[in-house]
Amino acid sequence: MNNVSLDSNVAQEQIEQPKKRWSLVRIGARFWSWLWFILGAIYFLVPLYATLRHSLRMERDVIGFKAYQRAFEDPSFWETFLLSNMLAVATIIASIILIVPTAYWIRLRLPEARRITEFITLMPFVIPAIILVFGLIRIYSAPIGIPFTGIDLLQPLTTTKLGTYALITAGYMVLAMPYMYRSVDTGMRTVDIRTLTEAAQSLGASWFTIITKVILPNIRSALLSGALLTFAIVVGEVTLASFLGVNAFGPYLFLIGQHKAYEPAALSFVTFLLTWVAMGLIQLFTGGQGQAAGAH
Amino acid sequence: MAQTSVPMPVVKTPSNLKNWFGVTPFFLFAILFLALPSVYLVRGSFLNQEGQFTLQNYIDLFSTPAIVNAYKLSIQISAVTAIGGGIFGFLLAYAITVGGLPRSLRSALITFSGVASNFAGVPLAFAFIATLGRRGFLTLLLKDQFNIDLYRAGFDLYSFAGLSAIYMFFQFPLMVLIMVPALDGLKREWREAAENLGATYLQYWTRIALPVLLPSILGAMILLFGNAFGAYATAYALTGGRLPIVTIQIGAQIRGDVLHNPGLGYAMAMGMVIIMAISLAGYSWLQKVSERWLR
Repeated sequence: MNNVSLDSNVAQEQIEQPKKRWSLVRIGARFWSWLWFILGAIYFLVPLYATLRHSLRMERDVIGFKAYQRAFEDPSFWETFLLSNMLAVATIIASIILIVPTAYWIRLRLPEARRITEFITLMPFVIPAIILVFGLIRIYSAPIGIPFTGIDLLQPLTTTKLGTYALITAGYMVLAMPYMYRSVDTGMRTVDIRTLTEAAQSLGASWFTIITKVILPNIRSALLSGALLTFAIVVGEVTLASFLGVNAFGPYLFLIGQHKAYEPAALSFVTFLLTWVAMGLIQLFTGGQGQAAGAH
Repeated sequence: MAQTSVPMPVVKTPSNLKNWFGVTPFFLFAILFLALPSVYLVRGSFLNQEGQFTLQNYIDLFSTPAIVNAYKLSIQISAVTAIGGGIFGFLLAYAITVGGLPRSLRSALITFSGVASNFAGVPLAFAFIATLGRRGFLTLLLKDQFNIDLYRAGFDLYSFAGLSAIYMFFQFPLMVLIMVPALDGLKREWREAAENLGATYLQYWTRIALPVLLPSILGAMILLFGNAFGAYATAYALTGGRLPIVTIQIGAQIRGDVLHNPGLGYAMAMGMVIIMAISLAGYSWLQKVSERWLR
């Protein structure tokens, strides 16, 4: 701003004018803001409206919930949906067991491991789901043994149902890791874990008691937001599930989309509502900015 | 990914090897399910069909037209939706932060952005088929009410333009989520100082606000690029593999060795990882630059 001078009387008058202009421009800015907002709202809402509208028109000339009824009547829907929910719960529990003690320990005793851990939790952004499943399939569809010895420790995971579920849960843990770790770490930043730990220790608590009875309750809102985000990622996930041959909800939805017209729209709308519930709860519990993840 | 990490208060603790045992489960998990699969792909990309070391796979990567085109298409779609989604998302974030819109709209839009940026894959593809497909709601509306025939005008949902329109649905909400905190970081004092010193509103934006925000904007756009580049499910659900972007090609390679050379498939996967790694490095560098002014 090289044209600004403050040292003359004339300057005072010059300043008055731009101020007036600013308020005028601000009114203009408000107009544009409304315009952008309305455009954004249209982009959001039209596809949802179109999906809802389509899903309600299964019967000729009648608006009704026939498509929803048909979709919910299909036993495969419940099987796959239940499986996806169970995988989501398994992923959430295993992630908490893995990440909470790690983040806690790093904050308390091992700050030098912080950088490398944060680096690892960012890796899933570099390795997209399709690459991850590529590697996982190639590694775990062969027997797992001790390198160079020829001794097999484990049968190939992908040959048994349980093994496949374990493998896909691990894959989902990787996909959810950046969000889960960040949630937990942010949660721990707001409570004084050092003092809490010392207090608990002086009362004779064990490490297990400290983590389950002191640390976990104190970061519950962070855990909840991480869990809900994980839920949103896992329930509709397609890439890992379809390549590992798991009959989860995502592949099921894809399959009925191939030969049915109205039920997929109905289930898509239901999925949208579920995502909304999850995000709304996160907003409610953290009051924060909201988060983004997703398996696109 | 939107938040910045604040350095924790470093407390000097006498840490020895024993303390590292506390984090072994996590590192073991990372080795088994992140490092090992990646190493396998890296190793495979340097082996030929007979299992000997070779660079041929990487040379073939650049000389196989199908692969080069797949990368081109992926990069084009990602760049278009990152720039388009980035600009539109920024304008929306501007509108709800400093644009003077009511407070209630702000939280509504942020919640909705959280939903939209997570609403992807198969349901998103179906939603857009119901909207912009041949018999979609918007297609018919424009045709019947405004006499605009999208499909006669050359639009096709199952094409570059169509997929870009769909990707935008999760791209610009992500931009909103990243830019809102950055725009909130613009200090009121800067605006007041500019105003009192006689700058115009335009001067304030072009000389103060935008230069401060530029690293965040570019960083966020890079993140959007990576977000679209790694996407698979949406494109697959929409076209069933007809639009040959890189992720679809890799998917075909996993299902059956369509390239007739496993090593080339691994090299293709590595090419993706390298592009994603460059994006993330660029993002974190710009993130650091932007922290100079914004908090």
